[in-house]
Amino acid sequence: MRIACPWCGPRPLSEFTYGGDAAKTRPKAPEAAGLETWMDYVYLRKNPAGRHREYWHHGSGCRCWLIVTRDTVTHEIEHVALAAPQMREGKK
Amino acid sequence: MSRQSHRLPEGGLVERSRALRFTFDGRALTGHPGDTLASALLANGVHLTGRGFKYHRPRGIYTAGPEEPNALVTLGRGGRSEPNVPATTIELFDGLEARSQNRWPSLGFDLMAVTSALKPFFPAGFYYKTFMWPRAFWYRLYEPIIRRAAGLGRLADAPDPDRYEHGHLHADVLVAGAGPAGLVAAREAARAGARVLLVDERAEPGGHLADEQLEIDGKGGAAWAGAVAGELGGMENVRILARTSVFGRYDGMTFGALERVSDHLGETGGLPRQRFWTIHAKQFICAAGAIERPLIFANNDRPGIMLAGAARSYLNRYGVLPGREVLVFTNNDDAYLTARDLARAGAAVAVVDTREKAAGAEMLPASVDVHYGHAIIDTGGRKHVHSAIIAPLNGDAGHIGGQPRRCDLICISGGWNPTTHLLSHLGRKPAWDNAIAAYTMPDPGEGAHVAGGAAGIFDLGSALSDAAGAGRNAAGACGFRARGKAILPALEGTQAYGVTPLWRLPQELSSGAKSFVDLQNDVTVCDLELAQREGFGHADQAKRYTTLGMATDQGKLSNVNALGILAELQGRTLDETGTTTFRPLYSAVALGALAGQRRAGEFAPVRYSAMQDWHEKHGAVFTQAGLWMRPYYYPRGGEDFAAAVNREVTAVRTRVGMVDVSTLGKIELKGPDAGAFLDRLYTGGFSKMKIGRARYGVMLREDAMVFDDGTVSRLAENHYFITVTTANAAAVMRHMEFCHQVHWSKLDVQFCSVSEAWSAMAVAGPESRDVLSSVVEGLNLSNEAFPVLSVGEGTIGGAFARVFRISFSGELAYEVYTPAGHGAGVWQAIFEAGRSSGLTPYGTEAMTVMRTEKGHVAGPELDGRTTAGDLGLGRMMSAKKDYVGRWLAMREGLEGANRLQLVGLRPVGEEGSFVKGAHLVTDPRATGPDASQGHVTSAVHSPTCDGFIALALLKDGRARMGERLFAVSPLHGEEVEVEVTDPVFVDPQGERMRV
Amino acid sequence: MRYSAVSLIRNAFTGHRRWPRVWREPEPKPAYDVVIIGGGGHGLATAHYLARNHGVTNVAVLEKSYLGNGNVGRNTTIVRSNYLCPDNIAFNEHSLKLWEGLSGDLNYNVMLSQRGVLVTFHTPAQRDAAIRRGNSMRLNGVDAVLLGREEVRKLVPIIDFSPSARFPILGGLLQPRGGSVRHDAVAWGYARSADARGVDIIQNCEVTGIKTGKGRVRAVETNRGSIRAKKVAIIVAGHSTLVAGMAGLRLPIESHVLQSFVTEPVKPVLDTVVSFGAAHFAVVQSDKGGLVFNGSLDGYNSYAQRGNMEALEDVAAAAASFMPCFSRLRLLRHWGGINDMTMDGSPIITKTPVKGLYFNGGWCYGGFKGTPASGWTMAHLIANDAPHELASGFTLSRFETGLVINENGAGPCPGRH
Repeated sequence: MRIACPWCGPRPLSEFTYGGDAAKTRPKAPEAAGLETWMDYVYLRKNPAGRHREYWHHGSGCRCWLIVTRDTVTHEIEHVALAAPQMREGKK
Repeated sequence: MSRQSHRLPEGGLVERSRALRFTFDGRALTGHPGDTLASALLANGVHLTGRGFKYHRPRGIYTAGPEEPNALVTLGRGGRSEPNVPATTIELFDGLEARSQNRWPSLGFDLMAVTSALKPFFPAGFYYKTFMWPRAFWYRLYEPIIRRAAGLGRLADAPDPDRYEHGHLHADVLVAGAGPAGLVAAREAARAGARVLLVDERAEPGGHLADEQLEIDGKGGAAWAGAVAGELGGMENVRILARTSVFGRYDGMTFGALERVSDHLGETGGLPRQRFWTIHAKQFICAAGAIERPLIFANNDRPGIMLAGAARSYLNRYGVLPGREVLVFTNNDDAYLTARDLARAGAAVAVVDTREKAAGAEMLPASVDVHYGHAIIDTGGRKHVHSAIIAPLNGDAGHIGGQPRRCDLICISGGWNPTTHLLSHLGRKPAWDNAIAAYTMPDPGEGAHVAGGAAGIFDLGSALSDAAGAGRNAAGACGFRARGKAILPALEGTQAYGVTPLWRLPQELSSGAKSFVDLQNDVTVCDLELAQREGFGHADQAKRYTTLGMATDQGKLSNVNALGILAELQGRTLDETGTTTFRPLYSAVALGALAGQRRAGEFAPVRYSAMQDWHEKHGAVFTQAGLWMRPYYYPRGGEDFAAAVNREVTAVRTRVGMVDVSTLGKIELKGPDAGAFLDRLYTGGFSKMKIGRARYGVMLREDAMVFDDGTVSRLAENHYFITVTTANAAAVMRHMEFCHQVHWSKLDVQFCSVSEAWSAMAVAGPESRDVLSSVVEGLNLSNEAFPVLSVGEGTIGGAFARVFRISFSGELAYEVYTPAGHGAGVWQAIFEAGRSSGLTPYGTEAMTVMRTEKGHVAGPELDGRTTAGDLGLGRMMSAKKDYVGRWLAMREGLEGANRLQLVGLRPVGEEGSFVKGAHLVTDPRATGPDASQGHVTSAVHSPTCDGFIALALLKDGRARMGERLFAVSPLHGEEVEVEVTDPVFVDPQGERMRV
Repeated sequence: MRYSAVSLIRNAFTGHRRWPRVWREPEPKPAYDVVIIGGGGHGLATAHYLARNHGVTNVAVLEKSYLGNGNVGRNTTIVRSNYLCPDNIAFNEHSLKLWEGLSGDLNYNVMLSQRGVLVTFHTPAQRDAAIRRGNSMRLNGVDAVLLGREEVRKLVPIIDFSPSARFPILGGLLQPRGGSVRHDAVAWGYARSADARGVDIIQNCEVTGIKTGKGRVRAVETNRGSIRAKKVAIIVAGHSTLVAGMAGLRLPIESHVLQSFVTEPVKPVLDTVVSFGAAHFAVVQSDKGGLVFNGSLDGYNSYAQRGNMEALEDVAAAAASFMPCFSRLRLLRHWGGINDMTMDGSPIITKTPVKGLYFNGGWCYGGFKGTPASGWTMAHLIANDAPHELASGFTLSRFETGLVINENGAGPCPGRH
């Protein structure tokens, strides 16, 4: 598998570390969030068979976290973007 | 030296002017350059080369390619000994030694063949049905026997002396197979301008062309292929890799390939033995050709029975006449080429064709009889076939045991299977094509193309024009437009094929004798029938139940025949039954090649600090910490481990010592929000910390378990420096990047790992200030100017140094950081300065002893299951801010008496010592899930306390001070009575570090 | 027909033409007391023990493909109970005891081979962790032996003991009763036994929905029609979140691919199952002679039963380094299984908020070895609507309370267990 890093171009899997489901976002109001919201964030996963948005870290490259849209059945990668919004702007 | 009895005086590609000597089972034979081991053996009249796996029946050379199921030999000796190599793939070299396998005592006389007589009691899966009683007999008797019979060849008994390389290749178009289709496809893609990589498993291009008597562009097939390859080799955008097999296709158009660099030379001569290539391509053309499939009849496994295409190959490519009285048994026209060529070479040939007529018959000389509508139903000859029984297909049982016909070679052809394995590796299923009675891949998927025989096109002219299209399409997909018309060679006529499948003989013509479907694993038609009868009819189930297709050829010869038989038994079509799954590897690859240079000492990199030379010179014994080598202790004279460690600890506690802590992870942060960012990473707050100060910090995971600990220092208003543990250095950095880029991207902070940029050493002990003061310039180290937890900068011997007054040992201590290039010099300078104070270098064990004496937690306590509260660090958890791990720390199970909490332990009585990993029990005889109350995490002999001390995690530990328990290690048969104490054994008020 | 040497010989005289189907091929009935979704090892074991231990036989096992297509036939066949957490030890020890009697219980030889499972250690810290684990096993009544370097060398001489080894062996923790089992036979043996006791095993029957009403499970929808059920058990590790999702359940599980590798068969060189402590690498030599390896997860969510070359290279490097005689041994095939990876590395066997709906999954790496105990405790849970004490910790609620069973301490990061 290769991931086309927006900074570094297509690079082999061995340069990346997986970070899991990108649909998960840390509660914005952490104190008000309550146990159920935190449980959901930390533990529960949709784990779809098919299209999946997920985090990958390009540790052996630009060290950016990426959001990769990938099919979990075919492993085909549809889209790769930088996770940090300000970096995305920089890239444009 | 023997005469080659079956070598023809002329023809083929072998170089008759040179003889190559080789041995097979010790017998000295000769062949020629251009031979394979198999062709050389056949040239010497040797067919018998192996034994079947289960019944140990004699087996001969069956194919001329990597799909060979029978002729597997062990090559070489010592560390170069290599089992299970198909003789059909071994290029002959002078001095080659090969041995047959899986026979005892010899190939000709194998006592294990007794299993063949017991065949009636050993149907497929017989072992599932027996050996169950009495129970002990299974593992004492039956299984050892089964295991002894296991396996084919024997592994090397010495390390592999050869070298392997790993490389990457990039191409626009990868063409797998340099047969005629691959050559034409590659030429068209290259002419359009694409970067082409053409890969073939053979030594020379042309695929099967050299096996055939034909003309292309007025040349022989091999000559034409050589000319095209030469033309391609002259193009800048083409690379040809010979002796290279593409063994697997993986995600993202990545392919694995193995190049046999020097196997054919006999000795490596400084070259690597093999090279493992990772190939990245934009387009892929599968031009891997086709593999012939056998016909199945009683006793179809005898030496002297081989595939028709293989016989043609031995004749035309190698100039070997594999038999003189030949029967060609076929259900298609392709095998008529074999009949024709063998007859031309002087053999007496007859054709047995299951069909009623054959277009191919026109090409035969008059001397060749054709028996239409007939089949070979049985054969005779133990170590070599000597006869066959031929019967009309619509005949009756009367023919069984009928008049045998003499022969010394039976060539069989059940049709051809396109080699589409590589197109299936990503899960794509092939489809049944009735016209050629084979599975093909009509839609090879995005970015992939299939050409020639692999596409099921068996007429050469059609195959080449199709391949040209594939080459142009592949180039086009990469943005290269082909100009002009495709270059196609001139060919005469077309080839008929006209296959009519015959999966097994009609019941009436099947004698009780074995009809093999999978030759290597000895799976018969009866076995498949039994599988179907018992409900294992699904292709994959039948494979698992009978082991069909699981031998070294991975079913290349047997799968489709088995599917055909199962389909017939089920009354279904092959479209409905579907195939088993093709998985990588297409052809087996040595583990050493896949490992490349990552073997033995090179398995993983070794990390050393800048002071490594000094440590070595001063006699350090090293220990591994992840990839790092760290001084464990520095024995002097005849000191043992304990004596050295005691001396080192005592030196620090009474005078001064120095330890290399360069392996710590180090991260610098800058920016207006650096402090705010750290506040969210650590349980404590750092944004309000004064400049020039340092403090201990704890990081949690979001599930509230302790992730890491270390120090945080503020160097300037917007500039922080943190240290993290050696073990977690990479993980913490990744975590911080995640937090910054995903959670809190608005924070204005930048940070960078500087772990490798700095060397670090701790100077500890009552005299550490005196020692350091004498070498540090530009920094006042007095207690007033530089109290505990101060941070400052100075120089040592002219080198920049950051000095932190931080203590892990509990003594007056400093950590000195200097750019790695100065590490060794600064270490030496401090060492020199400390000479008069007896400055003692100490290793990680002394460090462990001292941190245990101080109750400081480290790796054994931070095992991912402990909370800050468990470790007595609950007071460090801020209630005023959001930070990672705060919110799930409030769960009920993370508080209360059930938690394992950090305590200290001392033995009751003077002699007691501990084992790390011992468990704490109230009753030393107790067992069961509740027996263990906790466990010893760190245990050391403390010279300071003059006895053994330990840290432990104990259920409700903080409430149990003074309680007596037992530390037990059933593994060692040890039990020690212990008393629960506070985890801080030395200087609980922390006065010594403040002096 | 009872299997034995006698029946084998008797059938030899009729050319093995009288062996019956190993299990029937029934049409699904309109309703069952219990419907088990998933005809893998665990589902079939559950059916067997429901019938054997609890007399519940009006049971259907629904398999979307053919029997044994899932992880029961894709693993490295290792059985052991050398765990650290007491819950895991007790559960897997019960499993190992059931393995020890399984061939007799099923009248089907699953070819248990107790040749020992060795985990090597290479640093003092690893040794201490091994001692902690070994003592935990011993305190829970499980066999464990601590071996020094020379004892490891005697047991497994093909390990690299040369000075050039990158991670020299300090010693190992051996569980003598650990070993391997013929994986396919487990599925077939349980299926045959359950079938003989009246359970309907239905292949090619894919569940497409789970019908609930008034807080209870009512029926499952399949490609072969609707089947009513008083109780439904989801036992589909690898695809747990998808099937549980049909009933609105959300789980702390991700699906990851774990690859296995097999070499060409060679004469026996390795009796013990060995797990290399310095990298993710375990090896067992099968009764056919092939060396079977596995390494670490590929490391990303996947439902493809295949992986990539990175894991292949890592495993080959470990194999050729750890056991240098493997260098010229050729790898024949590699494939992937879909592992249900939970957030703490331990399984889930539990009731669900829907009455009559039970869940079994999250097996991480422990699915195959846990098969008998999983079936045993799951059958108990279904029959009594109450958890078996051996599985009482394997709840979903442990994540809410924080009482997770974190076997290796990696935390809520399923790819790292």
